[in-house]
Amino acid sequence: MPKEVLATEHPDDDLIRTDRMPHIWCPGCGIGIVMKCYIKAIKRSGIPPERHVVVSGIGCSSRLPGYVNIDSYHTTHGRALPFAIGMNLVKPELEITVIAGDGDLVTIGGNHFIHTIRRNHDINVVLINNFIYGMTGGQHGATTPAGSKATSAPYGTIDNPFNLPLLVASLGAPFVARWTTFHVNQLIDAMLKAMKVNGLAFIEVLSPCPTHYGRDNNFPTGLEMMRYFKKMSVINHEADLRTVDIDLRSGKPIIVGNFVHKEKPSYNDMWRKLVESVREERK
Amino acid sequence: MTEGLLPPGKYFMQGNIACAEAALIAGCRFFAGYPITPSSEILEWMSYRLPQVGGHFIQMEDEIASIMAVLGASNAGAKSMTATSGPGFSLMQEGIGFGMMTETPCVIVNVQRGGPSTGIPTLVGQGDMMQAKWGSHGDYEAIVYVPNSVQEMFDLTIKAFNTSEEYRQPVILMSDQVISHMYGSLVVPPHEEIKIVNRKLPNVPPSIPDFKPFDSRYEVPPMALAGMGYRVHVTGLTHDERGYPYYTHEVSTWCVKHLVSKVRNNAKKIWEVERFMLDDADTIIITYGITSRPAYQAVKMARSEGIKAGMLRLITAWPFPDEIVREVSEQAKVIIVPEINMGQMIHPVKEAAECLVVGLSWAPGAVPTPDVILDTIRAVSR
Ligand SMILES: Cc1ncc(C[n+]2csc(CCOP(=O)(O)OP(=O)(O)O)c2C)c(N)n1
Ligand code: SF4
Ligand SMILES: [Mg+2]
Repeated sequence: MPKEVLATEHPDDDLIRTDRMPHIWCPGCGIGIVMKCYIKAIKRSGIPPERHVVVSGIGCSSRLPGYVNIDSYHTTHGRALPFAIGMNLVKPELEITVIAGDGDLVTIGGNHFIHTIRRNHDINVVLINNFIYGMTGGQHGATTPAGSKATSAPYGTIDNPFNLPLLVASLGAPFVARWTTFHVNQLIDAMLKAMKVNGLAFIEVLSPCPTHYGRDNNFPTGLEMMRYFKKMSVINHEADLRTVDIDLRSGKPIIVGNFVHKEKPSYNDMWRKLVESVREERK
Repeated sequence: MTEGLLPPGKYFMQGNIACAEAALIAGCRFFAGYPITPSSEILEWMSYRLPQVGGHFIQMEDEIASIMAVLGASNAGAKSMTATSGPGFSLMQEGIGFGMMTETPCVIVNVQRGGPSTGIPTLVGQGDMMQAKWGSHGDYEAIVYVPNSVQEMFDLTIKAFNTSEEYRQPVILMSDQVISHMYGSLVVPPHEEIKIVNRKLPNVPPSIPDFKPFDSRYEVPPMALAGMGYRVHVTGLTHDERGYPYYTHEVSTWCVKHLVSKVRNNAKKIWEVERFMLDDADTIIITYGITSRPAYQAVKMARSEGIKAGMLRLITAWPFPDEIVREVSEQAKVIIVPEINMGQMIHPVKEAAECLVVGLSWAPGAVPTPDVILDTIRAVSR
């Protein structure tokens, strides 16, 4: 019989607020995996932790920043992006990553989301899409696949969900990716790419919420959702984004990849140019 | 630092422009806003001026985004401001609460117009006085200044920045359509004579173990900014000294008491009032902002009729200068509270005053004339 060993340390302890453990997440939740990937990306980024900032809104996903030992801001529901924008304009040298849920970023925060992308602010956005409002008990949101059961849709949702990669690409973002919590290495790599992008980098991460999505939608454990991600995911960086919408019931593959990766002047670049020309005129 | 700022001298200027120029002199280098009458001149002037002085301007998609950008900028170290009017002020309330809870300095200008709802966008009102105090949910102590001239749009904007930096919280300037659109004389003193307060930063290195961003040893904790290396956690949740969410009743008690006491304990320092012909007055007007202007005249007219009238003008509406009102009420037979709303600041006046208090409720869209106020003085002093 192997002896049971209780771990007292974790290799990433330097970037974890260990004094806040245990965390609030349920067994089988995917958010911790995203946190692990983010910490790995910070370490590999070559940017010192003091220059990384993580900002979130409200929700289970938005609790992630509170456990990462860097400057972390847990704002109001849906408003992480404008807060991050203010910070980014004043201190463009900071590497700001917004990590929040689907309900937060694209449902209540949808207006800020489209305008942040349109203006191409130099911010990394990691959207944890668990298809549901986890924190408030399983109500449906703007990414809940049509037909899913939710505590506020007991007969199944009739709303059409967003196709997020298509939406974000249509707004001109220089980096658009989608991965799942099964794709740990690809996710870390996408986060590293995002940190190098000049302008807005968007990563959608599909993540299990066994407690509030899985329970009523045939994924009763985190493991089952992970198996589904493994079985159904198809990597296609060149995918036609009009076809990447998610349907978890019809046997449709989940298309993942780094769909857009291009160069484009950021809002900060445009601002610097404007200031230079104003100063030139005043001379 | 004074390069590009409005030089000392005498000016004839619009209230909103005086406010914007004062903000720059106070050190404001970040403005985020959304257009709304009658505040838009502040936004427009800032869009013109901030690039000239090395600051940042951004027009956001709405007022929710504006206040949140302002709070983000302040947490990065910039003195920050936004300006709006009633509907936008309503949208900002959740963000204002977040600023209170996270102890983030910033200035919010609300140029009041007629309400409720879209009301009368282009005309005067004073209907947001209670919202300025109670607008966001939960317990906090608002600090609110009310200018009554172009000069005060300038002076009180600087004061609002200083107070927000000193107490580490959002401070509100409650103008109105008339004061903001009025052109009037403005004296800008030599910049070195203008008092400027900057927030305290931590005086310990980030490397010290157990740094507490909300250290309870301080009445107002020094502010660790993003990127300084302190690895802060800042949340709108009820939190302990480390900034960590914590829900014991003990921590909750500490957290809200800390937020309200830093203002309550210093209220006397924050209070500002103007006393006009009060010495022997027994018929006393208590008012604020634009409504004080016809009231000066009404008091003089009443005096010429032999009525011992006087006025106490509130420059800080909140924290409410209750002791001053009580003291003044001791000499009064009656207090009259004219305001361009259906009765708002009359409530704290009634709570503090020891004498009869009568309201003069005036619907938005116009300023009561001196005659209207005089009629009330005559009626109650009989
Ligand atoms: C203005 C406001 N409305 C509603 C809420 C309640 N609320 C908290 S979290 C949440 C949904 C979170 O969903 P999501 O962003 O997907 O995060 P998850 O918990 O699924 O990770 C809601 C509606 C709130 N905090 N603030
Ligand atoms: S409710 Fe869902 S999203 Fe929230 S912690 Fe539990 S599993 Fe994760
Ligand atoms: Mg969710």
